[in-house]
Amino acid sequence: MSWLLVLPIILPMIAAVVGFVLRGNLVAQRVVSLAAALGLLGLSIALMAAVWQEGVVAAQMGDWPAPFGITLVADHLSAVMVLISAIIGVATVVYAFGDVGDKAVTYGFHPLLHALLCGVCGAFLTGDLFNLYVWFEVMLIASFALLVLGGRRAQLDGAVKYVALNLIATILFLGGIGLLYGLTGTLNMADLHIRLQEVENQGLVTVVAVMFIVAFGIKSAVFPLFFWLPASYHTPKVAVSAIFSGLLTKVGVYALIRCFTLIFTGDVGYTHEILLWIAGLTMVTGVLGAAAQNELRRILSFHIISQIGYMILGLALYTPLGIVGSVFYLVHHIIVKANLFFVSGVVNRVAGSFELSRLGDLYRYHPLIAVLFFIPAFSLAGFPPLSGFWAKFVLVQASLEVEGYVIAAVALVVGLLTIYSMTKIWLNAFWKARPAEAGPPPPPLSGLQRWCLIGPIAVLAAMTVTIGLFVEPFYQLAERSAEELLNPQPYVAAVLGEEGLARMTALSLAGEEAGVEP
Amino acid sequence: MEPIVAVLVGVLMAASVYLMLSRNLVRFVFGLVLISNAANLLIFAGGGLTRAAPPLIASGADLPASGVANALPQALILTAIVISFGLLAFALVLAFRAYQELETVDTDAMRVAEPREDAAELEETPRSGDRTV
Amino acid sequence: MNSLILREATRLLVALMLLFSIFMLLRGHNEPGGGFIGGLIAAIAFALYALATDAQAVRKALRADPRVIAAVGLGLAIGSGFLALLEPAPFLTGQWTTVGDFKAGTPLPFDIGVYLVVVGAVLTIVLGIKEQQADVEDDPVEPEDRR
Repeated sequence: MSWLLVLPIILPMIAAVVGFVLRGNLVAQRVVSLAAALGLLGLSIALMAAVWQEGVVAAQMGDWPAPFGITLVADHLSAVMVLISAIIGVATVVYAFGDVGDKAVTYGFHPLLHALLCGVCGAFLTGDLFNLYVWFEVMLIASFALLVLGGRRAQLDGAVKYVALNLIATILFLGGIGLLYGLTGTLNMADLHIRLQEVENQGLVTVVAVMFIVAFGIKSAVFPLFFWLPASYHTPKVAVSAIFSGLLTKVGVYALIRCFTLIFTGDVGYTHEILLWIAGLTMVTGVLGAAAQNELRRILSFHIISQIGYMILGLALYTPLGIVGSVFYLVHHIIVKANLFFVSGVVNRVAGSFELSRLGDLYRYHPLIAVLFFIPAFSLAGFPPLSGFWAKFVLVQASLEVEGYVIAAVALVVGLLTIYSMTKIWLNAFWKARPAEAGPPPPPLSGLQRWCLIGPIAVLAAMTVTIGLFVEPFYQLAERSAEELLNPQPYVAAVLGEEGLARMTALSLAGEEAGVEP
Repeated sequence: MEPIVAVLVGVLMAASVYLMLSRNLVRFVFGLVLISNAANLLIFAGGGLTRAAPPLIASGADLPASGVANALPQALILTAIVISFGLLAFALVLAFRAYQELETVDTDAMRVAEPREDAAELEETPRSGDRTV
Repeated sequence: MNSLILREATRLLVALMLLFSIFMLLRGHNEPGGGFIGGLIAAIAFALYALATDAQAVRKALRADPRVIAAVGLGLAIGSGFLALLEPAPFLTGQWTTVGDFKAGTPLPFDIGVYLVVVGAVLTIVLGIKEQQADVEDDPVEPEDRR
């Protein structure tokens, strides 16, 4: 069992190593990359199945018992995130066959991609805060290298902003870890859950919690810390943009959800109130920013921000239904957003530009691409029966449940503005006549390249339709994740064993007594 | 001892924030160097400071002698130093490459990825407080 | 840098430092030292060599691309973790056997892996910067927009 938790991290790492050694051999690199991505998909399915049947599973690395060693834990949320990452990983590798040229492959595109997946899976599976920091760094350094791969001027410019803000986030996170360690003497998340309730100075805990909000807030690009994202996401290769948009910010959101359901639950009234404001403002600024843009990938980048707001909203409400919404949104968003970036790349390939003013007539000449854009775009905007509808529906319902009428209204209006943006792209890129100054379109794609580009898009589009039509099992999965997040007993028991559970019960008993006395 | 280290962390943080607020990319990188050292010191202070022996187990013994320093914050810091070393090396190379390609270290002038829409209009109005390297 | 003293001293120093780095690597098992420190010392030795001669000479002396060295090191470290399958125990659990008087275990290959990763990674950075600097000095023309 313990190997099932390690392998999703180790396999991409091995793929990265083998890829680097085989740098000169383009074919071998691509074969290794695809094989490893498919292997990761298989492993993540096995992990998901195991978690579905047995509940939370944990493994102690090097046989050092928690809380002293590094623990890997998979609950439903972790398992589903690893699964989705693996799916996006396979899609990106296949897409890269058609999109990423030989030169970038010799520079190590595929090994870097797997290093990124390694960091992402590590971040989802770890049960230790410092280890989370390490996986963040693995992910970050791989993403830096991917971002500047090719070395165009715009990429370097974007990378400066990306690197600067992400490094600050990292250091804030590290500072927060230092303070937490000073407060409790542990960094194991399950152990922290217990120990932090025993800390006398709860004010200090809240201070650290706010540090974590800022650190993960930068990583997940929330208001007002998102400026690195629209500055950089439209500059690298499309395959890179797509995997970034799908996974990187979502790791930040995952970390927020994990920390603010498991660790910082002492002062929910304060921290989650902040998160609620952040959620609302993020949604609004993101969508307004998108409305002002006229370049495909920049519009999509701003929409990432506005969608992050929805995910934070569910967490901020901190009700079972809210968390269900967040988890559901997370899964839906990763699929749809990566897909939209893939489509933007294909549009650029067949029409020669990302600029809306230089596009047109795509519906007439490329109806398949038009349909494949239509599905994720309107899923993003929240049209039934696509996955986005259910995600938004649950979140709005959760807001209404706690009488958050304002935030529900904000969510609905932002949904409308998203439709406006998507319609703008539809009208300009697909519907209107191609402007004369755009020049002749680039040469058509060769057969194999075409299928490498279209294949992943079609599969991901099919997934969003499937989630929309057969929502029940996916909703059930989100429900189970939410239940585990709000009642961490199984998590603590899996990590710390019976002893941890006993400590938890003792603590809650003591809490009740203290509550009765006055 | 802790208060002194705490003040030192504060001073380092303040200096790094000052440096990072500069438009000059090189100063920003220096700010990053300082702030990562501040974070490391913070962990060090958070783990408790002792004037004790290094956490080594004498040969033949199974446990370290009592009163040795806490080894865990040191391990954390070592890891953090290694990681920040890699990241800072990358940041430095990136700053250098950006300077070569964009011919400036003024972050306000780096507008290749996000060009100003009314660039021509803005260029005519001189901005106050412009500083060069 | 063109200094006779540095060049001649480097020959001696590099050999000594490399030897010392291996001593540090092996000493790390029970005392302060280890793969990381050893790797850094080795990397410094090569960096000194690069300073006294040029990046090309270091690449020749290394015989392999530093990135490949780092990758092989990482592979070795991961591989040593997989030996825990023999027991079977969780990943990275130490495995021990006695060969004659010598106690051999998985922490040693892991440490050698770390050593190689550090040497490879640091030299990738150092040689990269060194070569870039050489490019700028040789070629005063501003680089074009590379695509």
